[in-house]
Amino acid sequence: MSQITLSHSEEHHEAHGHHHETFLSKYVFSQDHKMIAKQFLITGIIMGVFAMFLSVLFRLQLGWPDKDFPILETFLGKWAEGGRIKPEFFLSLVTIHGTIMVFFVLTAGLSGTFSNLLIPYQLGARDMASPFMNMLSYWFFLTACVIMIGSFFVESGPAAAGWTIYPPLSAVPTAISGSGLGMTLWLTSMTLFIASQVLGGINYISTVLNMRTKGMDFWKMPLTIWAFFLTAITGLLSFPVLVSAVVLLIFDRSFGTSFYLSDLVVQGQILPNEGGSPILFEHLFWFLGHPEVYIVLMPALGLTSEVISTNSRKPIFGYHAMVYSLIGITVLSFIVWGHHMFVTGMNPFLGGVFMITTLIIAVPSAVKSFNYLATLWRGNIRFTPAMMFAIGMVSFFISGGLTGIYLGNSSLDINLHDTYFVVAHFHLVMGSASIFGMLCGVYHWYPKMFGRLMDERLGYLHFWVTFIGAYLVFFPMHFMGIDGVPRRYYAFTEFPFMAKWLTVNTFITWAAIFAALGQVAFLVNFFGSIRWGKKAPQNPWGSNTLEWTTPVKHIHGNWPGEIPTVHRWPYDYSKPGHEEDFIPQTVPFSATMSSNLPHDFEGNPEAERLQKEWEVQNKPEEQKDLKG
Amino acid sequence: MLAMVQNTENKEDLSTLKARKFSLWLGMIGMFMMFAALSSGFIVYTEGAAGRGIKTILPTAFLYSTLLLMVSSLTMHLAYRASRQLRFSLQKVWLLLTIALGVGFFFMQFHAWGILISRGVVFINNNASQSFIYIFTGMHLLHIFAGLLVLIRALVGVLRHIPQSRNIFRMETAAIFWHFLDILWIYIYVFLLLNQ
Ligand code: HEM
Ligand SMILES: [Cu+2]
Repeated sequence: MSQITLSHSEEHHEAHGHHHETFLSKYVFSQDHKMIAKQFLITGIIMGVFAMFLSVLFRLQLGWPDKDFPILETFLGKWAEGGRIKPEFFLSLVTIHGTIMVFFVLTAGLSGTFSNLLIPYQLGARDMASPFMNMLSYWFFLTACVIMIGSFFVESGPAAAGWTIYPPLSAVPTAISGSGLGMTLWLTSMTLFIASQVLGGINYISTVLNMRTKGMDFWKMPLTIWAFFLTAITGLLSFPVLVSAVVLLIFDRSFGTSFYLSDLVVQGQILPNEGGSPILFEHLFWFLGHPEVYIVLMPALGLTSEVISTNSRKPIFGYHAMVYSLIGITVLSFIVWGHHMFVTGMNPFLGGVFMITTLIIAVPSAVKSFNYLATLWRGNIRFTPAMMFAIGMVSFFISGGLTGIYLGNSSLDINLHDTYFVVAHFHLVMGSASIFGMLCGVYHWYPKMFGRLMDERLGYLHFWVTFIGAYLVFFPMHFMGIDGVPRRYYAFTEFPFMAKWLTVNTFITWAAIFAALGQVAFLVNFFGSIRWGKKAPQNPWGSNTLEWTTPVKHIHGNWPGEIPTVHRWPYDYSKPGHEEDFIPQTVPFSATMSSNLPHDFEGNPEAERLQKEWEVQNKPEEQKDLKG
Repeated sequence: MLAMVQNTENKEDLSTLKARKFSLWLGMIGMFMMFAALSSGFIVYTEGAAGRGIKTILPTAFLYSTLLLMVSSLTMHLAYRASRQLRFSLQKVWLLLTIALGVGFFFMQFHAWGILISRGVVFINNNASQSFIYIFTGMHLLHIFAGLLVLIRALVGVLRHIPQSRNIFRMETAAIFWHFLDILWIYIYVFLLLNQ
């Protein structure tokens, strides 16, 4: 018996024993969810800047295919001899740009930052279910980043088979120089990355299911939490599949198996591999790949739901519909992967099935769009920078989503596949929409992360340059794609029918440079405000959710005293009868008798009786109206 | 009684332990997805053209290793029961036996590979259906390796007399994971049997 009591006091000590913090345990090997969130965000921003720089490099090539830029040779060396980017290096740039943006910025940077920050805060938990796993998740991620960037410093250059790394190009080291050591590093980096995401995701799910504070039932959770939760489930079910695909690829590359390889002649040499099927890889890859695009998008949807509702000073329109459409998207995202493979010689009947599932996914997407618009409709809108980015996100989501419906038709896709139309589609709906969701989150929760406010004017400048820049870059690409201009080409100078698009390419490059420069405004604002920003009040946006009830200065365990109890849903904005235009989730109904509505009580007869008594006493004229 | 009072005091700690156990279940879902992907990969590949398929009878060594693993699941359960009944020496014995059976499984799998290779069913193979046998069993063996580490951790725990609540927690997670590996192996074995 004595052993048992002893154990408990020891455990107690373990759980709250982080009192003496050193620099290392506070900033580097931190297990605190708030610090880990900041680590993810800053790493994500650095990776984002790097990947954006890569895109400017390859845009230079596409914009001026016949021009030399001697400066390129000075810092790229043999990859840009005579000031002109080599074709192999061009492919590496495109590949690493895509990989970093999709996985490192919009998956880890986005989910890693905001799931870590907001899940414990908005649910009322002291920390994540397993802070240690959370720390591991970040360190795996950072190692993956270092290896990915490190691949620029190897002799044969970084991976160059596209972010989808289709074999045989990726599987045959002699095929192009990027498929040598660079590809090996890519695979190593991505394996660590997947480990990081699975560890993180398990933690998010476990925390949401087990560590909600008193009163926080599922239907009182903010939409942010719903989105992170479903995102993590999607990741948990799909990332392991990529592991399997990658394991087989590694054996094909390095051990001579033939899972994906068959009938190959590389540089005059007949390869021994027989009987493999590259289509098998595509199936396995896109079984992850399509859910992955929603892993990127859903957190952005969650963040903007919260920001739009708060800044419209209105309850989110159709809360339940928003949740059900997120669930619908999650489920459907697993059965549409074939739309990336319409032209692989797929059985037309199967193509038809994938076409139908693909078009059905437009329904929950449309529900979300309409609900956003309905929330904005006649709202008392505050155009904070976060709100601008949220509205921008809705705009990109709609304009990019519409082209998905064209691509989803298997017969139209014969023409459109692998053209710039696809590039336009996914950069609007995934790239721009998610990045705007992420930036919206940064502007909105910056005070929570750093205790200071970002500068508004720089925020507006950043918004308009990025918003206009992104449309100028990606909109013209639709027309190029309809004309049949293929993606991932090094130059469009050899084909007469593409000659007319050369000037458009130059224009797009200028727009890309313009948008890239706009990010300087963000970087200055972000890093500058950590030091020089205005001190933030506790609840700067008049928000209802729990994170704004914590003190501005971060403390271990988030709340100084007891964890608050939740009494209501998070969207009581501008409720008629209440003097303020928001009612935090911690305010009990007994404190807001003048604004309670019958359905608030969820059929609790005692509460309904009390409310009625109060109304008879305080609002006799209304009672008379009812009787009369 | 005293323990119960403290239990309620430490609700927050308890919910953390509960969440950690839950994480294990989630991890197992992830592992299952990996093998589900391999299974569907196998089917897609094998159905893709004539002339593919396992094309050999699985060695009986796989049957023996199945028996080993099933017995080890039983001993694991007994070890867990002993730990709940505070019979620590019994717990150690059963745990050791489980570990020994796990190591035996390890070698039995290697033995089975040897038999396959002697029949010409090798890993580097232009009929990748046969390579898949090695992928399935090899990936599973990696998980068994991890499982052995978990068992050893539990054993070290009881040797060092860690507090009972943590001992039980370690034993419980080890047992869940070990049973999972057992079931996973039976799934793989049956899947391969059906396709031989
Ligand atoms: C209305 C819903 C949508 C439909 C019907 C749809 C349909 C499609 C189709 C058919 C393709 C394949 C085009 C081709 O390669 O020929 C495609 C590509 C793509 N979609 Fe969507 N899409 C939708 C929404 C989204 C969303 C919400 C995202 C991300 C957040 C997204 C991200 C992508 C990406 C990344 C690719 C290209 C991948 C690549 O080949 O590199 N799509 N989409
Ligand atoms: Cu897709």
